[in-house]
Amino acid sequence: MPQSFLDAVWLVPLLPAASALLMLLIGRRLPKPVVSALCCGSVGLAFLTSLGIFVEMLGRAPGPERVFEKTFFTWIPSVPILTEAGGWAQFEVNWGFLVDPLSTVMILVVTGVGFLIHVYSIGYMAHEGGYYRYFGYLNLFMFMMLTLVLANSFLMLFVGWEGVGLCSYLLIGFWFKKKSASDAANKAFIVNRVGDAGFLIGMFLIITTFGTLNFTAVNAGLSNFSMGDPTIVAITLLLFVGATGKSAQIPLYVWLPDAMEGPTPVSALIHAATMVTAGVYMVSRANGLYQLAPLSLEVVATVGAVTAIYAASMGLVQNDIKRVLAYSTISQLGYMFLACGVGAFAAGVFHLYTHAFFKALLFLGSGAVIHALSGEQDIRKMGGLWSKLPITGKTFATGAIAIAGIFPLAGFFSKDEILWKTFSAEADPFFKVLWAVGLITALMTAFYMFRLVFLTFFGQSRVPHDVEHHIHEAPRSMTVPLMALAVGSAVGGWIGWPAALGGGNWFEHWLEPVMRGRGEAAAVEHSHATEYGLMVLSLAVAGAGIWLAYTFYLKRLELPERLASRFAGLYKLVYNKYYVDEIYSRVFVEGPVLGKGMGTAFAAFDAHVVDGVGVDGSAWLTRLVSRLTIWWDTWIVDGSVNLLGWLVWVLNLPARALQTGLVQRYALWMAAGVVLLMLYYVQRYWSLFFSS
Amino acid sequence: MVPTTHYLMLSAALFTIGVVGVLTRRNVLIILMSIELILNAVNLNLIAFSRQLSDVTGQIFAIFVITVAAAEAAVGLGILIALFRTRETVNADEIDLLKG
Amino acid sequence: MFYLFNFYVLAALTVISAIFVITRRNPVHSVIFLIITLLSLALLYVQLQAEFLAAVQIILYIGGIMVLFLFVIMLVNLDVVARQAPFNRQWHIAGLAALVLLGELVAALYWGRGTPTLPLAPPTALQPNTELIGVTLFQNYLLPFEIASVLLLVAMVGAVLMAKRR
Repeated sequence: MPQSFLDAVWLVPLLPAASALLMLLIGRRLPKPVVSALCCGSVGLAFLTSLGIFVEMLGRAPGPERVFEKTFFTWIPSVPILTEAGGWAQFEVNWGFLVDPLSTVMILVVTGVGFLIHVYSIGYMAHEGGYYRYFGYLNLFMFMMLTLVLANSFLMLFVGWEGVGLCSYLLIGFWFKKKSASDAANKAFIVNRVGDAGFLIGMFLIITTFGTLNFTAVNAGLSNFSMGDPTIVAITLLLFVGATGKSAQIPLYVWLPDAMEGPTPVSALIHAATMVTAGVYMVSRANGLYQLAPLSLEVVATVGAVTAIYAASMGLVQNDIKRVLAYSTISQLGYMFLACGVGAFAAGVFHLYTHAFFKALLFLGSGAVIHALSGEQDIRKMGGLWSKLPITGKTFATGAIAIAGIFPLAGFFSKDEILWKTFSAEADPFFKVLWAVGLITALMTAFYMFRLVFLTFFGQSRVPHDVEHHIHEAPRSMTVPLMALAVGSAVGGWIGWPAALGGGNWFEHWLEPVMRGRGEAAAVEHSHATEYGLMVLSLAVAGAGIWLAYTFYLKRLELPERLASRFAGLYKLVYNKYYVDEIYSRVFVEGPVLGKGMGTAFAAFDAHVVDGVGVDGSAWLTRLVSRLTIWWDTWIVDGSVNLLGWLVWVLNLPARALQTGLVQRYALWMAAGVVLLMLYYVQRYWSLFFSS
Repeated sequence: MVPTTHYLMLSAALFTIGVVGVLTRRNVLIILMSIELILNAVNLNLIAFSRQLSDVTGQIFAIFVITVAAAEAAVGLGILIALFRTRETVNADEIDLLKG
Repeated sequence: MFYLFNFYVLAALTVISAIFVITRRNPVHSVIFLIITLLSLALLYVQLQAEFLAAVQIILYIGGIMVLFLFVIMLVNLDVVARQAPFNRQWHIAGLAALVLLGELVAALYWGRGTPTLPLAPPTALQPNTELIGVTLFQNYLLPFEIASVLLLVAMVGAVLMAKRR
């Protein structure tokens, strides 16, 4: 029996897993209310358990006491490995959970936001077919994601990593009969796989370097390496490749916009709040490794910043409400990686946490809008919905304000933290350039978010007539989660109230033991004045963005058109997402060397080597063995039996010869016998018969 | 007078001829006739000795031999007829049901 | 002298007709020669002062058994047989065995110990033959006599049964 919530940590991933399994086995026969109750209930219980764990962790002293590792069984038993350092290590992987401040934050976010999205799905998917299948996949995803964040080793994390990738595929392609949906699902999975290759090679390097994949053990072995050790650089870069795949950074971001084909709650959960944040989590988990490789950190920060501004630029001109939010997600993830890259891992996780609230809220809100407009997703066909959809509108606006970074909503605190840490990073003056990039991105973020808000909810209604009649507010199952998330977006950031403004930045302190690097301490050198100045600057920038959006889309509606025609070429380039999808397609899919060439080569390898040698080969081997067995059976086993029979026959030939059935032959034998006997006796008793 | 040995020699010769006939001929009738020859050889032997030893027992025994010969000939020929009805043959080598 | 000459003639006749009995293809010929053999044997019995047996031989053997043989030959279809091989496949060995047997018997008789020492009985012994046989038969050998009659009965029944059409 578990003694405490911590002991029962295994319940957290297992509850959703159990209900997923139930869905798999008997889901088809269950009525919808039962499905809803089971699946939402399991996630709700997981959330309560996570809360319990959090409370227990609070009760412990900060530092090593807050690290709780529980292993269940050995997965890969001890194998001796020769490490790079020359020593022999026993490589072992067990199935275990690591509960520390970082994973506590993660499980709370995943189960909490996940629960709200499950409840929302009850309303959103009420009229859809495959209800049980949807919830089954969703719960399976929860299980995989929780395994990922609770893992105690890179390999277990990878198990969860792959699992969420699978669930993403299943859920994006939920309406699999629609070709665009199944294509998008394939794209997501395949692009992720490319990243996973990097992750795997990184893991192999970790095995040969450290002899283990366990987080605690790896962290313990870090002291053997000096700053900038090339092996560590290689490991961290490879791991980051995996992160770009999962967290949609350049160059592997292309799957995320297409993933909007899936149901909106799926986009909210997987592609906003949880799965895409797995990369950030992984980098934060491995912060010890990253801090030994400044080059990798530079790479991470640069990629993050560039992705942020790049995605934001594409979000400016998209017309599908969900696409805008998708590019926004990519952009915000860029912020998180920027934070990690400058060494402020806690800030990155903080932004992850706040982003989960407002991005989920925005997605769910867009889902409510789509639901109200009977499936319309083009913002050019929306407008004037504020009065018709009050709750949706207000909550959506709250999310938009939060993401724009307006004080005192959540986004302000996290984004500002990142920008401050980037600016004040001492390791590299180049980071100041990245700060500027981040600032410009903030402007763009505010602009495109409020463009969305204004075009959707305000202004003239451009909704077609037949749809207009059916506009109705979403049911309670959908509006209540929206409201809950709005509250979270509003006050959620207060746990990270910075010291400069008088708070204690509780969040950063909470994560301090896990993040070995830069915390508040490093920022002490800069005066609070600089920090205030930057805060005001970022607020001003956000405000400017909102004002611009207001001008373009509410006051002077002709401006967007004029600007677009003035910079027609640039507009076209951005609108078509810089043609990246087309380039990838040309090079990797249809390309003679990389696309078709390699594809054909691998297909041939599969057909001739794997199938030919392996499958057909084993079939041939089986036939050969069977032929040998037949020969053995016929000639040796049957042969010995036959031999016995033949032996009997041969030995009896003389006897057969006697049994002719001819009486005269018998008489002859008798006569001959008599004659011979007589001869014998006469011989013997000669003297009796003859006198001479 | 004729020495008994002469009669015995004749008896031996007749006996041998009878044996040859039994062992050699295919026709069952001839075989039966050869058996009669053998029996007659024995009879001659008995009577020759009866004369030498002045004992009538030999001749009595010869009577019985003839009686038995008659009985045996009758039954044997009956069997032959029965056999001929089923097998359509009187050849001894064609009757080999017990061949094994 | 006369008896010796008689003996040799009759002996020759017996042996020759016996040989003819076993070598003729046609069974009827064999029967005829067997009759001649039995006849000459009967005459030899007469020479041996066993007149009764000579008569019995002729009446019973020739008149009964040989006639029976002839009847059976008549019943059995022997046209085919006349054209088939008379001797079977084992006649070489059979002949050899018979020859050895003859040799043994002759050797035993010629060089054996028993026969020369026995005196010859007077010619008038065992006379009158028939009365003597009758008396001995019905006094000393009554039981075998009766059993012989039963034997004949059994044989008769058996023969009838055997030859009966089922």
